[in-house]
Amino acid sequence: MEYRKRKAAGEAAAQMLCTFCAAIALLAVASITVYMLKSGIPAIRQVGLKEILFGTQWRPTAREPRFGILYVILTSIVGTSLASLMGIPLGILTAVFLAEAAGRGMAGPVRCAVELLAGIPSVIYGLLGIYLLNPWMYRLERRLFAGSGTHQFTGGANLLSAALVLAVMMLPTVINISEASIRAVKPSVREASLALGASRVQTWFLAVLPAAAPGIATAVVLGVGRAIGEAMAITLVSGGSVNFPLPFHSVRFLTTAIVGEMGYAQGLHRQALFTIGLVLFAFILLLNLWLTGILKNSAQGTGAGRTERAGRAAWIGKERSARQRRA
Amino acid sequence: MRQESMRQEGEKGRGTLYRRRRKRGEMLLLAAVYGAAYFSMFLLLGIIGYIFSRGFRILSIRFLTSVTSAWRGTVGIGGSLVNTLYVIVLTLAVAVPVGVGAAVYLNEYAEPGILVRSIEFATETLAGIPSVIFGLFGMVLFVDVLGMGYSLLSGAATLALMVLPLIVRNTQRALRTVPEGYRDGALGLGAPKWHLIRTILLPSAMPGILSGLVLAVGRIIGESAALLFTAGSARLLPRLGKGFLGNLSALSRKASESGGTLAVELYLQMQNGEFEAAFGIGCVLILLALVLNMLVRLAGAAGREG
Repeated sequence: MEYRKRKAAGEAAAQMLCTFCAAIALLAVASITVYMLKSGIPAIRQVGLKEILFGTQWRPTAREPRFGILYVILTSIVGTSLASLMGIPLGILTAVFLAEAAGRGMAGPVRCAVELLAGIPSVIYGLLGIYLLNPWMYRLERRLFAGSGTHQFTGGANLLSAALVLAVMMLPTVINISEASIRAVKPSVREASLALGASRVQTWFLAVLPAAAPGIATAVVLGVGRAIGEAMAITLVSGGSVNFPLPFHSVRFLTTAIVGEMGYAQGLHRQALFTIGLVLFAFILLLNLWLTGILKNSAQGTGAGRTERAGRAAWIGKERSARQRRA
Repeated sequence: MRQESMRQEGEKGRGTLYRRRRKRGEMLLLAAVYGAAYFSMFLLLGIIGYIFSRGFRILSIRFLTSVTSAWRGTVGIGGSLVNTLYVIVLTLAVAVPVGVGAAVYLNEYAEPGILVRSIEFATETLAGIPSVIFGLFGMVLFVDVLGMGYSLLSGAATLALMVLPLIVRNTQRALRTVPEGYRDGALGLGAPKWHLIRTILLPSAMPGILSGLVLAVGRIIGESAALLFTAGSARLLPRLGKGFLGNLSALSRKASESGGTLAVELYLQMQNGEFEAAFGIGCVLILLALVLNMLVRLAGAAGREG
């Protein structure tokens, strides 16, 4: 009896412990939100929301400091969009290759390469960016702006370089999730398209990809999230002065502003950096909400999950009735 | 067979002008598909090849074990290696029990409902938060509010939150693949739930848990932004004391001191324009990434067999 009681107590304790562990994730997100708000808001109060978000001058250490981060926000948006323009098509095409086109011989090495690309630390992308990409970019820049008297030369550390690095860094995310969602498309879609006389390529792009659209949208959103949050790879590659985001301008992203200045920032400057962090956090939360919306939409209505389940149920029912008939 | 069907298509396509034009567009798309795939493969080969060609000759026992010091004129990453090891061990010591516990709760105990949904939403959100934000959060909570200072411990606590989703997700996936018959069998024999989890579910899910753990190690090794704000950048080796107990206390004291991991050190060297050392560290990081990738494969293979 005593033994049994102890055993039951152990059971209850284990369940409590597991519940507590699960609650930690919830607690973490809640406290991150609270602390980001708490440390980001003071600067907004002091400087004014409009001045911070829409001001174009960032002079935190001047005698009359200005804390406008409009260009920093725009840089993050434009830089991520540029990276997406390059990275997303490349990623989706690679996913099509892995899921549809590749024979057994080629899919393995390519998939292995994608996995390894995902495992390479972001500082290494930064190292290659500053050591290889920037000099190339500088050569291009010198050729393009040879006669220009107004262009400020950046030595190759500019928005375009950073966008290229980001495009490479978002590749693995886009490829992996797109491939999984292409693979999840029912074979009947493929078969129907081929049976109607479409060629292989037409089937991939006109039948399979549209059917995988929700999954690919997920891949895009997660890839964009990865690019907008990346810091260390582009801190040195992007130049670092606050400028309007044009491809050959030296620019500062939301993330690189934080990394670049946190080391020496004090007082209001430091609080303003936390405000930048808060803006970044808001961007990420928006992306997440958007993602939940996509997933919810795809789960309802014409979603693959539901139709598949319905189809399978119907098929099982048919089997059963056929078996009964035979019996 | 595929080639044959392609040849047939080709012959058909020669018929009309319309078909020929359509064919050309298709060939372009096909070329794009293959080109994209080859691009990512050659990109990887290029990255790894370049880092190795630049960094490999710097690697030596001396480089791996000594500490960079202008006074002694040495360049080395011994301290950063030790720091990395500390952060890995401390982070996993927190994240693995909590992550596995959370996954067990979500999969085995919880009734589907608002709590489960919000915990899963929280895990997803946690997975999407960029490391800079984790760094800022860690800097406020662990370094300032909890008074842990810039230390390996603060860094590890921050990273534990960061890798938590990885471990939860992999454990959940592994638990889901345990056949339902195991559960029914054990419960039918009268085993209580925790006994079932401890003796049957967790051992069967072990390969999945391990691959989550290895992925987490990879994430920790590559992380720099979150650590720069929480663990700082010191690169000293632990000063050993006298005797076993002295060593032990020295080693545990090290956890509350500041220290930069390999990735942080790489960033700092790169920032100072010390590209030789930076490529050397890059070489070590890539070697570690390759080894970890192999381990994940092994765990995956074990999972398929088991």
